[in-house]
Amino acid sequence: MSRPVRILQLYPRDMNIYGDWGNTLVLKQRLTWHGYDPQILDYNPGDAFPDDVDLIVGGGGQDSGQGVIVDDLQGLGPRLHSLAGNGVPMLVVCGLYQLFGHHFDTVDGRRLPGIGLLDVHTVGGTTRLIGNITTRHPDVGDLVGYENHSGKTYLGAGAQPLATVVQGAGNNGEDGTEGAQHHHVLGTYLHGSVLPKNPRLADLLLEQAVRNRYGEFAPGAIDDRYADQARRVAMTRPR
Amino acid sequence: MPIPLTTALGKVVRRAALARGGGSAFPGLFVERLDPSYVRRVLATLPRGVVVVSGTNGKTTTTKIVVDLLESQGLRVFTNRTGSNFVRGVAAALLGAVDLRGHLPADIAVLELDEAHAVHFVKEVAPRYSLLLNVMRDQLDRFGEIDHTARMLQSIARATTDAVVVNRDDPRLGAQAFAEGIVGPALRSYGTSIEVSARFPSDDNLYGGSEGAPHPAPAVYVDDTQLDSFEGDRAQISYAGGAHSARLMLTGVYNVLNATAAIALTRAVLGDDLREPQMLEALSKVRPAFGRGETLQIDGQTCAMVLVKNPAGFRLALSSYDPADTATMIAINDNYADGRDMSWLWDVDFGSLRAGGVTTVGGVRAYDMALRLQYDDVPVGGVTPDPERALEEFLGATTGQDKRIYCTYTAMLAIRKVLGTKGALDKVIA
Repeated sequence: MSRPVRILQLYPRDMNIYGDWGNTLVLKQRLTWHGYDPQILDYNPGDAFPDDVDLIVGGGGQDSGQGVIVDDLQGLGPRLHSLAGNGVPMLVVCGLYQLFGHHFDTVDGRRLPGIGLLDVHTVGGTTRLIGNITTRHPDVGDLVGYENHSGKTYLGAGAQPLATVVQGAGNNGEDGTEGAQHHHVLGTYLHGSVLPKNPRLADLLLEQAVRNRYGEFAPGAIDDRYADQARRVAMTRPR
Repeated sequence: MPIPLTTALGKVVRRAALARGGGSAFPGLFVERLDPSYVRRVLATLPRGVVVVSGTNGKTTTTKIVVDLLESQGLRVFTNRTGSNFVRGVAAALLGAVDLRGHLPADIAVLELDEAHAVHFVKEVAPRYSLLLNVMRDQLDRFGEIDHTARMLQSIARATTDAVVVNRDDPRLGAQAFAEGIVGPALRSYGTSIEVSARFPSDDNLYGGSEGAPHPAPAVYVDDTQLDSFEGDRAQISYAGGAHSARLMLTGVYNVLNATAAIALTRAVLGDDLREPQMLEALSKVRPAFGRGETLQIDGQTCAMVLVKNPAGFRLALSSYDPADTATMIAINDNYADGRDMSWLWDVDFGSLRAGGVTTVGGVRAYDMALRLQYDDVPVGGVTPDPERALEEFLGATTGQDKRIYCTYTAMLAIRKVLGTKGALDKVIA
């Protein structure tokens, strides 16, 4: 019996700076190993937005990439709000995390509008927050990754942080928060890529996507020993 | 400070550093501090000036080819062969090359410079020629984003006095906007024919899902040198209305393009004085640079060392070599020179290794690499972070087989060192 699960990559052409394919690949492969049939869909500016999406994943971009997609994203805003309200899980990393917030004020004085799906806003900084980072997520434990951003993100009252910083800078290097969460929409600055070394976070997204479609989630047995070892090493590396 | 005085002091420091087994960094730093204009003044004495080679991938090998091609034309060439592509590396290399009075016995300098350091270097020393290879995402933890890298290369081009040679197929270097920012020096181009262009994906091709598509028509096409086709060790390269067949000892598809770049630069320097047969003869004899596509002989079997440092380079390397009948090892470190962020491994498709698997995965980030292979369904024999033990396991498990080791920069240094001390290395074949 075929059990399709549809993953949409948001702006893979323009928002795909570094390793973002890793997140899609991990979701795709783990779905297969859990016994489902992943289907990968791409959405680029101007495309027709597909019906029937189970999970959305989006990555980071250069300033130029953000400039290309910012108007198109405004058009998608109502659609994404409605999907999020229906419990569709989403993972947005770095550049798209920023634009899923209210706005991004760049260093050169421009304001890029976001879609306000996450109650956060971002202010461009002059120093980059770069390096290995470890955070703690309330449900899945430690998250490891690599951050590389000059924007500083601040949470409003309507957003929960995704995790608290154990080592590294996080959202802004000031308040000890990292990422944001609303409904099942997760925003984060973690690259690395984030999902390969944090398989429990990947499964959290997949479980929600599968439950929405099939009512229940029966996980398969996946050998995560390499991921465990890679996590352990990552936590010992210099910033 | 007079050149002979700085030279004398610098040479003393250099000799002391060498005697203590140190590298070139300190003597270079010493000269930089003592006499900041030393490098500029010594290089200013060269009758044919300075060539700067920069870009993300291929700097070291291309610089080596350029040096050999210029020497084939009877020129005496100074280069920073140590691979220290920072300004103080140039200062240190100069100390080794000048005579006691500070005279540099050379006609021209060919310098490989890291993009960020080149920007500072060209403020001191205006290059007569520059060769700009490509802009690929590399160590984003250092440069932030690749549009920024492209701007650094443009400032090198602007500081150049005579001729700038660009890879016209690179979407940033070949753009009209890049060319328009350059007034003064002549602009010349090199690239591939439409037919073979799909084998050289640009950064945009790699990330935009159009890998394997031919490049669009270039915006810049001036006095062009073109790679028409290649097969095995033969390449056809055309320029000035004629097609030329060349034989290469270098392996890897990217090195065929690096050779094309080197010819374009050599043509720019020599102009009408170019002696073609000598140039093509020299090209056929160029050997790979240290650790970059070198082939070693170990216990009677060949072992190819392939340096990988970013997604584009790794993908091109995997597409260059047939994995059949060859045992594969991958060693990934995350020291500063390698890049600390492991994200780049996820932008490389390892599907071509699925059939044969990877015998050994080594390096500080061996488990990250093994995890990456797991998600591409590539079988992994063993995972051993320590480079020495990983190499021993690999050699032990693959007796009688030809081998290939993909490694990051510091992993390559560690493996080369182990090979050297263990005496396992019979010889360097090519």
